[in-house]
Amino acid sequence: MSDTIVSPVASTIAAAKTERAGALVGYLPVGFPSLDASIDAAVALVENGVDVLELGLPYSDPVMDGPVIQAATVAALEAGVRLRDAFTAVERIRSRVDAPVLVMTYWNPVLQYGVDRFADDLVSAGGAGLITPDLTVDSGADWLATSDRTGLDRVFLAAPTSTDERLRLAVDSSRGFVYTVSTMGITGARADLGTAARALVARLREQGADSLAVGIGVSTADQIAEILSYADGAIVGSALVKALADGGVPAVARLASELAEGTRR
Amino acid sequence: MTDTRTSLRAETGPFFGEFGGRFMPESLIAALDELDEAYQLAKLDPEFHRELAELGRTYTGRPSILTEVPRFAKHAGGARIILKREDLNHTGSHKINNVLGQALLAKRIGKHRLIAETGAGQHGVATATAAALFGMECVVYMGEVDTERQALNVARMRLLGAEVIPVKSGTRTLKDALNEAFRDWVANVESTHYLLGTVAGPHPFPAMVRDFVKVIGEEARQQMLDLTGALPDAITACVGGGSNAIGIFHAFLDDTSVGLYGYEAAGDGVDTLRHAATITKGRPGVLHGSRSFMLQDEDGQTLDSHSISAGLDYPGVGPEHAWLSSIGRANYRPVTDKAAMEAFRLMCTTEGIIPAIESAHALAGTIELGRELGPDATILVSLSGRGDKDVETAGRYFDVLDENGNARV
Ligand SMILES: Cc1ncc(COP(=O)(O)O)c(C=O)c1O
Repeated sequence: MSDTIVSPVASTIAAAKTERAGALVGYLPVGFPSLDASIDAAVALVENGVDVLELGLPYSDPVMDGPVIQAATVAALEAGVRLRDAFTAVERIRSRVDAPVLVMTYWNPVLQYGVDRFADDLVSAGGAGLITPDLTVDSGADWLATSDRTGLDRVFLAAPTSTDERLRLAVDSSRGFVYTVSTMGITGARADLGTAARALVARLREQGADSLAVGIGVSTADQIAEILSYADGAIVGSALVKALADGGVPAVARLASELAEGTRR
Repeated sequence: MTDTRTSLRAETGPFFGEFGGRFMPESLIAALDELDEAYQLAKLDPEFHRELAELGRTYTGRPSILTEVPRFAKHAGGARIILKREDLNHTGSHKINNVLGQALLAKRIGKHRLIAETGAGQHGVATATAAALFGMECVVYMGEVDTERQALNVARMRLLGAEVIPVKSGTRTLKDALNEAFRDWVANVESTHYLLGTVAGPHPFPAMVRDFVKVIGEEARQQMLDLTGALPDAITACVGGGSNAIGIFHAFLDDTSVGLYGYEAAGDGVDTLRHAATITKGRPGVLHGSRSFMLQDEDGQTLDSHSISAGLDYPGVGPEHAWLSSIGRANYRPVTDKAAMEAFRLMCTTEGIIPAIESAHALAGTIELGRELGPDATILVSLSGRGDKDVETAGRYFDVLDENGNARV
């Protein structure tokens, strides 16, 4: 981990580990079902036990996302969500709750906005950093420089198929946490997470990872409790998005509170 | 610098100038590295080249012939016009060249399942064909819109034993078929090779696919010398992702006397919102794993593209073309649906050749270019595919079929 900069996300995860089994990271897309409702839903997540927020910026070609998140982000884009709404959302969420907010975004929107300008506006809004699903460390020289300049967190992904050398690169370059991809596949709830995540976490530990969260397919408190027996955080996305789509803010609040139980075992 | 370093033909990626690269989820990097390594080894292995050349000769029908088209040329300022007949290949287009190369490579890496995206269906048909030939499983992703306008090719793929999955996400065309193929690959990378159908995508695809199609230009260069005693003044090709164009351009990149012209689909016109003229109207960005020109809005969201031709209906373009455009080595121009369909009909009635509507864009460009260059010019055209798959679209366009696809009585 690059450790000259203090990461609000890493500190939050560390604190959750001393108080409970670990941290719950919750994903929701900006602008779904509307900008206001997405902000209310994100606030509700934090009020119901989510430690770190991951706000997704809707993108036209989300190759890492499964049908639930795709449907939500397509709806958000059709309803006219804009890139700048992400900054508005971060700012408004941060004015209401005190959890760190990461923006999850595919790389082209950042490139088009300007990497430096994006980072500066995210800092102004009170954002903690970026999760970049289609930008790896070896392709991200400009983002590494900009995140060092601004002190923003940068969360890179590690996959079961990554070589040790690449895991080391992800561990050394990530700040906040390393996003540990639980299984080979795209986002979406899965009944069985298998053993890949546990094995990958062990390999990441060998490379020196001290803050890592497991995501992709996580949807129940039981899974979270199991993940937190070997990892520092668990990431839930599609299950929350589905709750929001089906039952609005009350439903997503209820699910968050249920999932948070998984951090207390 | 030595000659080889200054050669425009020496580029092997990941970058072509400032274009190309690899912007992909970490989950796929190992597979891309594995593919790249296998390809670098295969490239040095004479046995690989022998096998591929043998398939070309005995299965594809290589070398493809040249056909001079004087009656068509009368409409193009009297320039001498010569077609490189990739339409005569087995499966009906240039796509088979890339497919056989990648399928051989997949066999070497030990993958037994091929997946592909397809727009017009030509790449899907070629992939289904190779899967049958090599005894592999095959799944083809095709935008739902394209399964409707290229229904015949859907049937061909299914007859060949492939599963065709209509993609209902996003704009339901080629770009969404690529997204879906990448999603499948992320989940099944152990068993599966993603047989990408054009010179786009993350490294090593643009360079590797280029290498598998460059045989088109290598043959054509010698054939032109044999036929006319000289190199052509210009080469024309349609550009979707850009594989047939780079295939015919590549051997000529260092022949500075040869003008290179790529024709993008302008749909209803480049001043409307309905076109696919990526280099003409787009700007640099990242789509499907590489940095190139693309159609996008201010926020970097990919814009819908439109073309009567499913194979050109793509909002991106291969990075090597972006580079060739940026250094001024190749020219990229737009051709409307209307101009393409006029050229389509002209080729049918003057020469007895029914071209793919994709290729008809190159023909329309050639008519204009011939008038510009005049009667002393020689133009080599990439006739990338045949029009069998387009008979229904063209039949309706020219009103020889009714809206149900039945013959007018
Ligand atoms: C006959 C034909 N020509 C051209 C294309 C466009 O692809 P590319 O630009 O990669 O040659 C297609 C694509 O389906 C095709 O079928």
